[in-house]
Amino acid sequence: MQRERVTAGGREPQEGGSGWAGSGSWGFQRAADSWVSLCAGEQHSEEFRKVNPLGKVPVIKDGEFTLCESLAILKYLACKYKTPDHWYPAELQRHARVDEYLAWQHTALRPLAGKIFMMKGLFPAMMGAPCPEDKMTEAQDELAQALKSFQEKFLQERPYIAGSEISLADLVAIVDLTQPLGVGYDPLEGLSALTAWRDRVKTAVDRDLFDKTHEGVLTAQVSSLDTLKSLSQSQPETLAALKTNFMKYSSKMAKSS
Amino acid sequence: MGLELYLDLHSQPCRAVYIFAKKNNIVFEFKQVNLFTGQQYSEDFGKVNPLRLVPALKDGDFTMGESVAILKYLACKYKTPDPWYPADLQRRARVDEYLAWQHMTIRYQGCRGLLPVLTGQIVPKDRMDEAVQDLQTAIQIFEDTFLQDRPYTAGQEVSLADLFALVDLVQPVGTGLDPLEGRPKLMEWRERVTRAVGKGLFHEAHEKLMKEKELFKLIDPKSPRMQQLAKNLQKVYK
Repeated sequence: MQRERVTAGGREPQEGGSGWAGSGSWGFQRAADSWVSLCAGEQHSEEFRKVNPLGKVPVIKDGEFTLCESLAILKYLACKYKTPDHWYPAELQRHARVDEYLAWQHTALRPLAGKIFMMKGLFPAMMGAPCPEDKMTEAQDELAQALKSFQEKFLQERPYIAGSEISLADLVAIVDLTQPLGVGYDPLEGLSALTAWRDRVKTAVDRDLFDKTHEGVLTAQVSSLDTLKSLSQSQPETLAALKTNFMKYSSKMAKSS
Repeated sequence: MGLELYLDLHSQPCRAVYIFAKKNNIVFEFKQVNLFTGQQYSEDFGKVNPLRLVPALKDGDFTMGESVAILKYLACKYKTPDPWYPADLQRRARVDEYLAWQHMTIRYQGCRGLLPVLTGQIVPKDRMDEAVQDLQTAIQIFEDTFLQDRPYTAGQEVSLADLFALVDLVQPVGTGLDPLEGRPKLMEWRERVTRAVGKGLFHEAHEKLMKEKELFKLIDPKSPRMQQLAKNLQKVYK
């Protein structure tokens, strides 16, 4: 059967995800990739909307079957390709530990780490002014609090979230926590247990693969600005659509208590 | 010691877990965690779920939180009928897809709309209007993308995805608009899922929610625990 995969670079802000060169997709790099540049607004193109009417990434197409949502995709791939058990253990309680983290992160590490990236990286370009300092500090504090929960509840003294081997939970966590590095902010600075975990996960994934996958996000602050400048000349309507979405997201960021 | 489920049936995810367990005749001890008196902040509950969230599960020495994970645990452990969480790869993926998507859409927007009731604090009208609009946008996506012309989200039979969506989209009693107002296809879907679950069980799970006057009496917005809950909710559901 002919198979075509579409893997791409991230999520839009209004999902509560990590945005522009974001974290949802980096978990897998097999088969043929088709890249979708979020900064260039390609997720709004007619061609892409035929693949995913929601205009979101990542998405996969396996024959006639299309699937979005990174967690569903990861589980689908793990099951279909019978990946090594540790990624998504068959054993009930370890399986539940992975599921538990993957559920929690939606409203915790994913949006909070993504917010840092958006506020520091894209806010100035989109809004024409730096992100207010008090909002930045608040975002950093919220992420620090979530990291405390991550360490105390999900990792504890274990080498990895579900036990002695890496799983999908660690993979999803690490891509989220790498996002803010794209704007020069290391959320794990000074947290020795978590930096040790990060190092361990990178080795388990394969360092070269990890670094190659994150090339884009680690230069996102510069590359996205270049792309946005180019869009303002070549596709002003696309830029306007991106700005509208961003402003809606940032208005929610601004309305914190 | 048997299975314990820590629940407050005012909470949507708790109702999903309750309905699923009861429907599948899973024997459990119901452990009430009264959110509006701050019982989730008690020392005892902290030992079950240090994140102070419901639902939570205790199965011998094993504890866990997160309703989506709990439902999958129960489905696997008690080998519930296949349609709930199908073994077929693509149908299972459809269920996983909805359960992942709903966290920051239907669930999130629905909770934003409930903030004034939950926190006892006034939310500006423009933010409430925005919450209502965002929920409707999410519901439209649910109808167009996740349900389409199928009887249920994952196909011909009810699954965890429908159960989750059902508890978020119940018809309110008393104040508040029906979120499915003007959407006949979704109202039929809701009726279909309610019948599949069992109307008696559905009403049993929603009894507390339906008694709105009792809910308002429970909330003391000035109490330290309610202030703590309000602050936590407002951080998440902006």
